[in-house]
Amino acid sequence: MSALNRLSIAQARAGLKARDFSARELVEAHLAAIERAAALNAFVTGTPERALDAAAISDKRLAGGDVRPLEGIPLGVKDLFATEGVLTSAGSHILDGFTPPYESTVSANLWADGAVMLGKLNCDEFAMGSSNESSYYGPVINPWRRSGDETPLVPGGSSGGSATAVAAQLCSGATATDTGGSIRQPAAFTGTVGLKPTYGRCSRWGIVAFASSLDQAGPITRTVRDAAIMLRSMASVDDKDTTSIDMPVPDYEKALGGTIKGLKVGIPKEYRVDGMGDEIERLWDDGIAWLRAAGAEIIDVSLPYTKYALPAYYIVAPAEASSNLARYDGVRYGLRVEDDDITAMYERTRAAGFGAEVKRRVLIGTYVLSAGYYDAYYIKAQRVRTLIKRDFDQAFEKVDCLLTPATPGPAFGIGERVGDPLAMYLNDIFTVTVNMAGLPGISVPAGLSGEGTPLGLQIIGQPFDEETVLKVGAVMEDAAGFDAEPDRWWE
Amino acid sequence: MSVDQKTVRNIARLARIAISDDEAAALEGELSAILDWVEQLNEVETDGIEPMTSVVHAAMKKRADEVTDGGYPDRIVQNAPKRDDHFFVVPKVIE
Repeated sequence: MSALNRLSIAQARAGLKARDFSARELVEAHLAAIERAAALNAFVTGTPERALDAAAISDKRLAGGDVRPLEGIPLGVKDLFATEGVLTSAGSHILDGFTPPYESTVSANLWADGAVMLGKLNCDEFAMGSSNESSYYGPVINPWRRSGDETPLVPGGSSGGSATAVAAQLCSGATATDTGGSIRQPAAFTGTVGLKPTYGRCSRWGIVAFASSLDQAGPITRTVRDAAIMLRSMASVDDKDTTSIDMPVPDYEKALGGTIKGLKVGIPKEYRVDGMGDEIERLWDDGIAWLRAAGAEIIDVSLPYTKYALPAYYIVAPAEASSNLARYDGVRYGLRVEDDDITAMYERTRAAGFGAEVKRRVLIGTYVLSAGYYDAYYIKAQRVRTLIKRDFDQAFEKVDCLLTPATPGPAFGIGERVGDPLAMYLNDIFTVTVNMAGLPGISVPAGLSGEGTPLGLQIIGQPFDEETVLKVGAVMEDAAGFDAEPDRWWE
Repeated sequence: MSVDQKTVRNIARLARIAISDDEAAALEGELSAILDWVEQLNEVETDGIEPMTSVVHAAMKKRADEVTDGGYPDRIVQNAPKRDDHFFVVPKVIE
């Protein structure tokens, strides 16, 4: 039964319902796969006993016919979601030993729908990173390697543990979060599907905050259908998050399979950037050809403020992070480095508890919010953000969605870019605009690089139109026929 | 816009992060590079453009001003590195 972990969520759901196998067998197959995959460092904490207990409940319900939407489906949870009674680290030393006495809304929604938690997944510290190298728990290793080369590659970040665990078939799907590309970029690097919903679609309550006006939870899965299944359960209207939008959650699966004949797909010319590899350009052209063949109308559009999204992001996100991370003071939870003087206690705790990238961003944020600089940096960036949003509003007067590459290149080697923060930031050049405008976006695996590693294409949609994003994503998934898998070198 | 080491130390003090001399020297270059890079926003004409406050226009949700949660101090202090009964313990702050 070891092959059960290969099944998609949709396949596992059908198999469980048909009683081809039990929820316990499905969980056991995943636990065995996790045990063999220690080399990938995808999990910070495993919860095998809890998973088996939950599977037993699912098996009873499956036998009784009282089946919930995700009954018995084994999932991984990014370690940014608070899970009651289970260590929640955010990939940081400063949250040492933190076991929340509460559950995040998104994960609570999944358990209420019958999903089973396998454990907590590694991520960049406080979700700050594009390579999962900033985690206190060490880097996650991409299951993919370059052809004929054993160099360990990054899985992308910040949801690198989620992407690796799904790509290596250690869980059926995983929760993730996306502030500047942290779902879509790792999905592209690992040959998985990553969906960032519209800002406000999933509650942020109980998710460790990075940049509150940008953070949004979403799924990483192996198929577009699975992303639709997971989002339906993750999304909700939540009184505990004032930015959670009061709109009914549709059955996203119903959007799949329909025709896209006559659908208008925009191609933003500003996404053809210097330094973008030829193979990314060819992949993008393939995507255009696939959608055109499926009957979509391809329309060139312009998003003139695109190039300013990344620098504006690196003001807004650190500013919000410096405020959000002020709570880590050694008093209420996590690490504390003692001192007789309270200010010295704060300073020593935060010096020991935060890693280099988090310190950099907190300092940048503190600087741009400090007296005399607030208008010049923060307000300026928020004005630019209005212009970026206006670009999209104008494009969406002409088109239904946009097609772009997900990343400027394939996965790179561990350590190759850690010395250069700016080069690292450029990874998010195609994804960050979507966060700045609060839009939904999906990354779908579309082909292999010349190095034999995955590449993704991105569909960007209008606010709360995840259905079009999923529908077009599914058409692209079919056309790409991406069925490559990494060699199982880690087993 | 470049920052010098004195400014780096000042920001670190505001952010309540102790930094060593070596860190201050490294951060001087790193923070200056990032701040130089974001300078390109000055190319953008933003006069008369409202700063964004929310990506999705929605009326702020309101609720009745009443207690809906609480009454479990054990859970509130359970993660504190240092506690005494239902209190968080900090170094002495009042002489």
